[in-house]
Amino acid sequence: MTARINLLEKAPLLKTVLKSQGLQPALTILMLAGFVLAMLTGWFGTPVGSRNFGIVFVWIVWWGLLIIVLVPFLGRAWCMVCPIPALGEWLQRGSIIQRTSGRLRTRHRRWPRRFKNMWLQNIGFLILASFSTIILTRPNVSAWVLFGLMAAAVGLSLFFDNRVFCRYVCPVGGFIGLYAMMAPVELRVRDCRTCAQHRTKDCVTGNERGYGCPWMVFPGKLRRNTYCGLCMECLKTCPKDNITINLRPFGSDLFVMEEHRLDEAFKAFIMLSCALLYSAVLLGPWGWLKQWANIDTLAHWGVYVAALWGVNLLLVPGVFGVCVAVSRRISRLEVPLRQLFTDYAYACVPLGLAAWIAFSLSFVFVNGSYALPVISDPFGWGWNLFGTATQEWTPVLPGLVSFLQVGVLTIGLLFAVNTVYRITTHHITDRRRTFQAAMPLVLPLAGIALLFLWLYLG
Amino acid sequence: MKPIHFAGLAATLIVLLIFLPAPNDFKSGSRTVEVNMTQFEFEPGRIEVNQGDEVVFLLTSSDVVHGFYLDGYDVQQRIEPGIPHEIRFVADQSGKFRYRCSVTCGPLHPFMVGELVVEANMPFWRAAGLLFTLPVLFLWYLHQQERGHLHGKEETSFTPKARV
Ligand code: SF4
Ligand SMILES: [Cu+2]
Repeated sequence: MTARINLLEKAPLLKTVLKSQGLQPALTILMLAGFVLAMLTGWFGTPVGSRNFGIVFVWIVWWGLLIIVLVPFLGRAWCMVCPIPALGEWLQRGSIIQRTSGRLRTRHRRWPRRFKNMWLQNIGFLILASFSTIILTRPNVSAWVLFGLMAAAVGLSLFFDNRVFCRYVCPVGGFIGLYAMMAPVELRVRDCRTCAQHRTKDCVTGNERGYGCPWMVFPGKLRRNTYCGLCMECLKTCPKDNITINLRPFGSDLFVMEEHRLDEAFKAFIMLSCALLYSAVLLGPWGWLKQWANIDTLAHWGVYVAALWGVNLLLVPGVFGVCVAVSRRISRLEVPLRQLFTDYAYACVPLGLAAWIAFSLSFVFVNGSYALPVISDPFGWGWNLFGTATQEWTPVLPGLVSFLQVGVLTIGLLFAVNTVYRITTHHITDRRRTFQAAMPLVLPLAGIALLFLWLYLG
Repeated sequence: MKPIHFAGLAATLIVLLIFLPAPNDFKSGSRTVEVNMTQFEFEPGRIEVNQGDEVVFLLTSSDVVHGFYLDGYDVQQRIEPGIPHEIRFVADQSGKFRYRCSVTCGPLHPFMVGELVVEANMPFWRAAGLLFTLPVLFLWYLHQQERGHLHGKEETSFTPKARV
């Protein structure tokens, strides 16, 4: 186990704040207000995206914060304050702040076993991605998507206990969980033996101080950030004061080999491929490609969607699979190909996150200034609430963007190489063979990074 | 190889690749390019010139009002349909610079971009060199590390189980 720093011990004030009943509801209500405004401006405001609060705040401000700051540094912290499942959760609990006693108010249906994985989230993300150019640029459509997510969350919470939507359905939650593995912060138990011996397991059942884990996670066995929503209920309920928050090296969860899974592996491929495709469509100079993604004709869009799904589910995983097979051949490994494929896919996690950051940097700097006028005039109706409505579009330091992109991609790539190497040494002890086994994977990863570089700088 | 050696080597490589002066022996000339704008693209979408060229852009729009903003060169111009504009500047920095529509012209307006590539595109070639050499070097470094730690502590957080 590499070094961990117990943050709650170091900062008792943080502990008090995180344990307080009101923290999550307060932050969530704040976010919900923004969310409702985003929907209202989407429906009733100007159809011009760059003048509409909904588009600018969701797809530039929120997205930029999420992928550049929150996920890489705090993992699932967004899930703690996310307004999407809030209504459903409050309905289940019959309360917003005060802990109510008794069971959750749902039909207590059982979530089907075959959906207890990331596949629904994978498919959901691809469906949204197929319409992404429309969603990103049409306030009205964007608002309906937000509404749809919330409606789905409420709907599911009527039938199933806890945050089934977050855990198995939410297309955003899927990739946040994947990339939360990179974060240098984790919620864990201090000593898992305490949990094993603890009869009542209050973190699962809940007690008068808080609810049982809404993410259906048993903290005592928690080894990765992927499915912990950082809601802090267990911190409140644990009578043994066994829950803590640690500072740790970036990306520690990638090496929890026992929990590697094929659905997560595909999530990693999908996210990496989508970052590449989005970069090409939205940042590239190809007008026809933008038109196809923008559904200029159904036939064009059909081809585009077929290509999108093909690249995501067949091409990228296929090429990667061939590389894994080559590596396995050269190093004469006897581990099953499927397992190796799944293990090595986690090397795409750091590279994918870096790619999303690089992609997002390009429009956060260039288009961030759209945020000023829409604060004053969220609907585009000619208001001027804070006197910033006439602020012109001013790209901020466009020259800096490519430097940052190169830096981020380089770090992501080195991280990916490190991941490949660590996973290789897990399977192979003979050092001469580790190098040979790693090489066929390092080269394609570098190739993908180079592809991003070419799109951004070439 | 000790960590400090690797860090040193990597740093040297990065410094070399980023700051090594670019060969500056390009013949500079003059280039005139007609650029037409429609929703939501520039035609041509990619223009390549040599470093030092004097570049003249003849800008037109054939549907609605667009704008022309060039990253890194601080060029900004509003272009109305039917009224051509001429922009003149010396392409003294090499690299890829995006030109963007700067007047809201419809849904995909924020993504209406084109590329001016000033050759030799040294920033790209340097970064590409970096991106290909560093990982190989890093892998080799990890490999050397492992050798040093042969009988040392397990460094990673997993317990080895399926070793072959
Ligand atoms: S382990 Fe605790 S913080 Fe994590 S999801 Fe469960 S209750 Fe929330
Ligand atoms: Cu335009």
